[in-house]
Amino acid sequence: MKGMTLIVKCISQLMAPSIFLLGVYVVLHGHLTPGGGFAGGVLIAGSFVLLILAFGSDEVRSQILNWNATAFESVGLFVFWFLAFWGLIRGTYYFTNVITKVNPGLPYHLFSAGIIPLCNLAIGIEVAAALFSIFICLAILKVGDRI
Amino acid sequence: MIVFVMAIVLFLIGLYGVLVKRNVFKILIALSIIEYSVNLLFALIGYRRGGTVPILTEGTKAGTFFVDPIPQALVLTAIVIGLGTTALLAAVAVRLYEKYDTYDVRKIRKLRG
Amino acid sequence: MNWLPLFVAVPLGIAFLTPVLAKLWKGFPDIVGNLATGFLCLLSLWYLRFGQTTSVYYVGGWEPLNGMPLGICMVLDGLTVLMLLVVNVIGFLSTLYSISYMEHYTDKGKYYTLFLLMTTGLNGIVISGDLFNIFVFFEITAISSYALVAFGVEAEELEASFKYQVLGGLASSFILLGIALFYHLTGTLNLADASKVLTGKSASPVLYFIGVLFFIGFGLKGAFMPFHAWLPDAHPSAPAPISAMLSGVMIKVLGVYAMCRVFFNVIGMTPVILTTLMVLGTVSMVLGVFLAVGQWDLKRLLAYHSISQMGYIVLGIGLGTPLGILGGLFHLMNHTVFKSLLFLNAGSLEFATGTRNLKRMGGLKDKMPITHFTTLIASFSIAGLPPFNGFWSKLLIVMACIQAGHPVYAVWAILGSLLTLASFMKVMRYAFGGEGKTVWEHVREVPSWMCLAMIVLVVLSTTMGLLLIPSLKAAVLDPAVRVLSDGLSYAANVLGG
Repeated sequence: MKGMTLIVKCISQLMAPSIFLLGVYVVLHGHLTPGGGFAGGVLIAGSFVLLILAFGSDEVRSQILNWNATAFESVGLFVFWFLAFWGLIRGTYYFTNVITKVNPGLPYHLFSAGIIPLCNLAIGIEVAAALFSIFICLAILKVGDRI
Repeated sequence: MIVFVMAIVLFLIGLYGVLVKRNVFKILIALSIIEYSVNLLFALIGYRRGGTVPILTEGTKAGTFFVDPIPQALVLTAIVIGLGTTALLAAVAVRLYEKYDTYDVRKIRKLRG
Repeated sequence: MNWLPLFVAVPLGIAFLTPVLAKLWKGFPDIVGNLATGFLCLLSLWYLRFGQTTSVYYVGGWEPLNGMPLGICMVLDGLTVLMLLVVNVIGFLSTLYSISYMEHYTDKGKYYTLFLLMTTGLNGIVISGDLFNIFVFFEITAISSYALVAFGVEAEELEASFKYQVLGGLASSFILLGIALFYHLTGTLNLADASKVLTGKSASPVLYFIGVLFFIGFGLKGAFMPFHAWLPDAHPSAPAPISAMLSGVMIKVLGVYAMCRVFFNVIGMTPVILTTLMVLGTVSMVLGVFLAVGQWDLKRLLAYHSISQMGYIVLGIGLGTPLGILGGLFHLMNHTVFKSLLFLNAGSLEFATGTRNLKRMGGLKDKMPITHFTTLIASFSIAGLPPFNGFWSKLLIVMACIQAGHPVYAVWAILGSLLTLASFMKVMRYAFGGEGKTVWEHVREVPSWMCLAMIVLVVLSTTMGLLLIPSLKAAVLDPAVRVLSDGLSYAANVLGG
């Protein structure tokens, strides 16, 4: 599909980094404010989708983007699984908050609450990559493309 | 009480859509309406009269009266599950058009008997 | 270290790695997928031998405070051990079979990812002790099975997957609505704690409504008779090892196991529910067989027989007596074995000849000897001929019907058996007997991985009748029957022990 007019392209170029930054903020402060991994991941994916919609899919090499999105998604999921598994390896129960037992930070600050911010980060990467991959597969790839 | 009844009415509207509508994408949207209405009902169940937002910040005193946070966590999970279901159904619907050349559910009936 | 969360953790981790590593190393999905399911099979056999006492595992270390459970817990009791055995053994044999079978399809990496996710979901449902956790694993299983049914993207498979998804999504919404009202009524989501709270309250109308919602939801997932419309389309369209998992494992775990756990152990069985289960079971039995006899598509015929045999299981469990529950659970295990074997045989026939239509096959007896032998054994099992395993479990169900004072149901059960025998004699005659057609001159036996899986299932099918010897019965089946027939003492076992 072709892109949109020049005004739309300029404004979306200016807005997309701000939306990305908002998404990263929501992910990182997931243990202090509402939001967390899912909501932040959707925002991050939204910034990329905005750019593709504004500039048109003719300028996008969709196979490479899809492969990158799948790789990021697998990495994010695997980091989350490893954080859950770490508790099992360390001798306590599955999914224990292992960092809090070793080094509890100050409450209500950014570096606190053990493994929860790391889990939020992994989920944020995963949800962003997954939604971006869904968008590319549904809207841009055509029958016969090899993914 | 009235909000529970209205959530059930939304559920019934979605159920009508799934049963009656012919277009594949209208069935998809009606199924989404059903899922959202159940999530809405679930989130409303956690309300306590006079409670505040269940978030601990610097100035929260001990013994503050919160609304129930468990339904909110469960609804977050259920929304993401609904997203996954909707995405998969949309993908199948798009490929269904390429094979049958129609969006009408009554004509997509190769399997019968 | 307690090995219980490994049932969920191992397939989940490997499923997350497979999409990326399958592109880098061609043999990765086959080897690692089979190692994962083999490890789970061995772990479930280990639990069968050593894990017969009720144990509880608190995820995250959140121990209960003053007897009130705080976090999610995983419960292992007799019924769980039985279902874990069923899920993991058939999962391992299906992955063995799919090493060779999936060469005809496009992408093995994605197939193994979805298969391991489905195994994660099935294991999670069985070991979970928390109602919402059961719902989350329900959805994981259901979504991966929707994608697997549509795996070879032909027109019929997409249509079958669409129908399956709409009905499955409706079922999930009914279950979630039931869970929401259940939480409003009891204030807790833990199964044992909710059971304790409900015995304190009197029966309110909301509890009846919740029971009906759960009944409809689990009935849609488990394909009981008024809700069976998706099954004859979805099970034939899936690849053969997925059909074996769907028909042999999924409809039992999602339908029968979830209904037993919620109704027997939490809400408490009433005679109304038991009678409804018996009537629906009998209707499934008889109508399923009548609809199956006229089919010419082999896998569609097997799918209708799945509905009919599920009727036997539901009839056995709906009787409520210990002998009936024993018959029902034993038939659940037997049906898993011989129905998976039948679907794997149908897959072998399709792999070799390329068609599922019985009218076009013929005279394959000499060209495919192993498939012929295994189909013969499986047909005898499902029809209930001695000494194969189907005979013993059907005999138990008939005896339990007569003993509980419902001889009419016993007559319907025997009638269903006779019609099952008739339809499988039709299958044997049309697929293997008769004159060889010239188009099938070049057909050879299927590759060795597929034969290995089928032969293991034949051995299981022949020897599982021995499980009724009293010492083996006490080790394997009696703990499961005790969990269901003692019903509401589940709460005391979990919270006290």
